[in-house]
Amino acid sequence: MTVTAHPLYRSTPGPLHAVLLAGTVPLFLGGLLSDIAYYKTYQIQWSNFASWLIAGGLLFCGLALLFALVNLIRAERKAGRALMYFLLLLVTWVLGLINAFEHAKDAWAVMPQGLALSVVVTLLACVTAWVGLTSLRSGGEQ
Amino acid sequence: MKIAEPVAWGDQKPTVPQGYEVTAIATDLKIPRQTLVLPNGDILVAEGRGGNAAKLKPKDVIASVIKAKGNTQVKGGNRLTLLRDADGDGTYELKTVFAENLNAPYGLAFANGKLYVANQDALVRFDYQDGQTKASGAPVKVTDLPSAINHHWTKSLAISPDGRSLYVGIGSNSNITERGMEVEIDRAMVWQIDAETGAHRPYATGLRNPTALKIEPGSGQLWAVVNERDELGPDLVPDYLTSVREGAFYGWPYSYWGQNVDPRAQPQDPQKVAAAVKPDYSLGSHVAALGVDFSIAAMGEQFAEGAFVGEHGSWNRDQPVGYKVIFVPFSNGRPSGEPVDFVTGFRGSDGKTRGRPVGVTVDPRGALIIADDLANTVWRVTRKP
Repeated sequence: MTVTAHPLYRSTPGPLHAVLLAGTVPLFLGGLLSDIAYYKTYQIQWSNFASWLIAGGLLFCGLALLFALVNLIRAERKAGRALMYFLLLLVTWVLGLINAFEHAKDAWAVMPQGLALSVVVTLLACVTAWVGLTSLRSGGEQ
Repeated sequence: MKIAEPVAWGDQKPTVPQGYEVTAIATDLKIPRQTLVLPNGDILVAEGRGGNAAKLKPKDVIASVIKAKGNTQVKGGNRLTLLRDADGDGTYELKTVFAENLNAPYGLAFANGKLYVANQDALVRFDYQDGQTKASGAPVKVTDLPSAINHHWTKSLAISPDGRSLYVGIGSNSNITERGMEVEIDRAMVWQIDAETGAHRPYATGLRNPTALKIEPGSGQLWAVVNERDELGPDLVPDYLTSVREGAFYGWPYSYWGQNVDPRAQPQDPQKVAAAVKPDYSLGSHVAALGVDFSIAAMGEQFAEGAFVGEHGSWNRDQPVGYKVIFVPFSNGRPSGEPVDFVTGFRGSDGKTRGRPVGVTVDPRGALIIADDLANTVWRVTRKP
């Protein structure tokens, strides 16, 4: 047996990559839901939850970003889906980081920008995961 | 953040005005905060570090690591050290532990043969006889003080001249309610405590962190230095020196410097904002005033009437402020002009920080005693003979 088909699979996420990528969605979503709860109740603990969930989302997103970068570098065709996925993930992570700084403010100083950013970052994470995981499925068929 | 880069004093000393000299009368202390001059001239030094605030957000974890770089690495002493200059030559040859196993002692006061110590969790009392160098026993508790979380743990203390009323400054449990409003019950206020029974009542409220209290001897009026809130930029909100008016509300958390609303405290309380009193005298934002005492004629003509204020120094400003002891001139019991630098050089022009002033105490013999919690030193400033 030879491994001639192997290079074709390089731009697709492996299982660990996929777990990290998919994990960003519930983490950022949890942050958003916590922000909504704080917005409605003034109960500070929700804001603390949001801060940690966003930090967790950043960690997962950042590691997935490393995988995506390696995949992009190793991909034979650097344009197209692999690049779009990488850029989307990068934007998600950068906005997530800005959101984390926003959430480092004290008490109501987080609002309303923190909530708005959480909405944007959560939506981006969903789209990015969709794009990234779709390429996982179609990657083998290239 | 701009963290003080600590270095040792070495051969250097703080800078004092012409005609004055400064000496280190005690070194190798364990985080000296406030001092008290006893009737016989002995000096008591409260040493310790308190607080047990949980880290709630990622930023708390990160900030604690960074801020620790600007503070002493020594463990707090939880004790009172007594310094004695028996022959009056300005050298404090005796340095001995007066009382230990206290819980982050800070405020000190003496009246009617009783020595009062404000620990971070309780106001306690020792019987004191003239000349004593060691407490005769364990302290007696006067009353518990609010100590849950203790974000701002220092309990400042003053006593009325008749010795019947004690005033304890209790700092807020957060910068601006970010630990929730529930934990701010009995916080950010000055309590008046009956020395006999330990009964207390709020004397004035809305004072975010009243770090030092003192009675102005001429009027009998209570004064405080108060540290105001952070994260509104480098030029807000001014820390202040103020007379503490009975029953008054000074704004925290709803507003600052009178009616300037702080939207970070939610839900808001417009009635409280309307009732907020403006403090008397701005010391500038982020100077971190931690000590105050009123001067006497023996301090010299230029500094005879007014208040000395110890400024620990900023951590959240590109252009650092504080790191000195200033003098606020008074006339007729009110501040009457711009502050004058009294002791400087704690932060050198080389950007290094050698000391950070905390408590200041006027010795009736004509000296200013300054506790330095970075160099773990007590300084004494006197007029040159």
